[in-house]
Amino acid sequence: MANKEVLLHVDSLVKHFPIYRGVFQRQVGAVRAVDGVSFDVYKGETLGLVGESGCGKSTAGRTILQLYTPTAGKVEFEGVNLVSLKGEQLRQLRRKMQMIFQDPYASLNPRMTVGDIVAEPMLVHGTVAPKDVQSRVRQLLERVKLSPDFASRYPHEFSGGQRQRIGIARAVALNPSFIVCDEPISALDVSIQAQVVNLLEDLQKEFGLTYLFIAHDLSMVRHISDRIAVMYLGIIAELADHNTLYREPLHPYTQALLSAVPIADPVAEEQRRRVILEGDVPSPANPPSGCRFRTRCPIAKDICAQQQPEWREAKPGHYVACHMA
Amino acid sequence: MPEFLLDVQGLETQFRTPDGIVHAVNGVSFGLKEGETIGVVGESGCGKSVTMMSVLRLIPSPPGKVVAGKAFYRGEDLLSMPADKIRQIRGAQIAMIFQDPMTSLNPVLTIGKQLTEPLQLHLGMSTEQANTRAAELLEMVGIPKAKDRLKDYPHQFSGGMRQRVMIAMALACTPQILIADEPTTALDVTIQAQIVELVKRLRDEIGMSIIWITHDLGIVAGLAQRVLVMYGGFIVEESEVKDLYANPRHPYTVGLLGSLPRIDETERKRLYSIEGLPPVLYQKPTSCPFAPRCQWVTDRCWKENPTLQEVAPGHRVACWVDISAGRK
Repeated sequence: MANKEVLLHVDSLVKHFPIYRGVFQRQVGAVRAVDGVSFDVYKGETLGLVGESGCGKSTAGRTILQLYTPTAGKVEFEGVNLVSLKGEQLRQLRRKMQMIFQDPYASLNPRMTVGDIVAEPMLVHGTVAPKDVQSRVRQLLERVKLSPDFASRYPHEFSGGQRQRIGIARAVALNPSFIVCDEPISALDVSIQAQVVNLLEDLQKEFGLTYLFIAHDLSMVRHISDRIAVMYLGIIAELADHNTLYREPLHPYTQALLSAVPIADPVAEEQRRRVILEGDVPSPANPPSGCRFRTRCPIAKDICAQQQPEWREAKPGHYVACHMA
Repeated sequence: MPEFLLDVQGLETQFRTPDGIVHAVNGVSFGLKEGETIGVVGESGCGKSVTMMSVLRLIPSPPGKVVAGKAFYRGEDLLSMPADKIRQIRGAQIAMIFQDPMTSLNPVLTIGKQLTEPLQLHLGMSTEQANTRAAELLEMVGIPKAKDRLKDYPHQFSGGMRQRVMIAMALACTPQILIADEPTTALDVTIQAQIVELVKRLRDEIGMSIIWITHDLGIVAGLAQRVLVMYGGFIVEESEVKDLYANPRHPYTVGLLGSLPRIDETERKRLYSIEGLPPVLYQKPTSCPFAPRCQWVTDRCWKENPTLQEVAPGHRVACWVDISAGRK
């Protein structure tokens, strides 16, 4: 990145989901889905957010877009704190922030035609005059490599990859500057994944988009991202430039995660040493004391149970939360 | 002693649907040697699961039907033997693990009940013997406090643990062949690594043969000795694992490998993408099923469907074009 202009600044973002029990529905606890994450997203870059199921990566993405109300923390988009905005002001800013969803089967209304789906954001926000909407829809469909004639069809007539393209056309319809891609390819077949990833890269170049790319597939994240943040149980364990993270991972969780990803090369596979983690991810309703990873960490010491490691810059641009790193 | 433990010849399976007959498997032949692990790779709908389900006669009929082919296991044809005979083989000598550990366990029976059933059924153990053995099996797949957990229900286990239970169940009668149908697809990478290590360890301990069905070329690279690549209900390439990755000969295999980003990649290249969509098989293909998406396509590909031809020792490809000649 030559010009490091911060587009999105996330500061100690927290999202807890309360747990209610009993006749009086008293709150007995909270699922601490996102528990204090801070990072910046620079203009024009792709920040990858990886982690296993239940680590809070999707919740983080949705909370940033104010689809969930944050429990605490700040989200500044182009210098404006989104958390304090309400109603019309927030609606105006939403135009610049869009989302592409994981499940292309659930995220398109089955009763609307493709044309209506893609046109809806433009009509809601009034960015395009009603008489021009049809031509704009055709143009958008063409841009995502779908036939403009598909506009009159319904989502069930399309395959997963085509539906994801429709979702992408809808997301770019308002000329946003920032898009949260929430696992956009994990429901697709391998040969289709590459098509969608290439499309996302093309659109980024063409429109100068900034992506927050949420995924669990580390090799794909490495491919598409400029910088990568690794989440574990509601916090960010490590954040670094994509090459640095893969070459010199500092956090033991990142190391284990990287070594667990299979490589499509039998020769490389033979020579690899795997760090196999024991056990499962603990419940985010009752995370371990101190460092959250300590229950599965191969190098945990006493201090890890007592103190939560601070989020520090170990090397320029390389952040980590670990006592041992 | 025949060369293959399992020898499948000319298998064809069809499904009757309201829109017409779907030709899911169109003449698949392969062999599995004793102690060998083969990977079956392909995308959704390529027929990889249906092939294996057909071999075990697990295709629901109707709508499905195995219309042709033989599958010899120890000299006997699994597809034509009486139903009670295959029931003795299925689960006891050839076991299967399924993709979704959430739906393949019965939610209203305890893990212990589900684990002891095959033991009592196939091996004629008493309840007590079966319980002891069940606890041993759970311990073998790495479930802590195995004895107490026999009384638990599936919902009390996590996804990875459930898949371990499935493996324990499949291995209960020490089968000769384990068919694993995408057993790690629903799991996280760290849990996937645990399961793959577990299966490798058990394979070496028990000495069974494995058929591992997956869409992930990465897993196969570290696990299998031989790989079958399927497309449109056909095997389009078959090879030793190292040869396949170093020297893929079918355009589809080349495309699949090119579309995978590698975690150890050094420079960012644009991913190779296979344009178009996988075929829907309402007609039995008479031309090459990959022709519409192939960049090397020739006139012949539209007229005749290529059969598997040996291009190197142990390496067979179904393609009219020798793509290795044109590549640098």
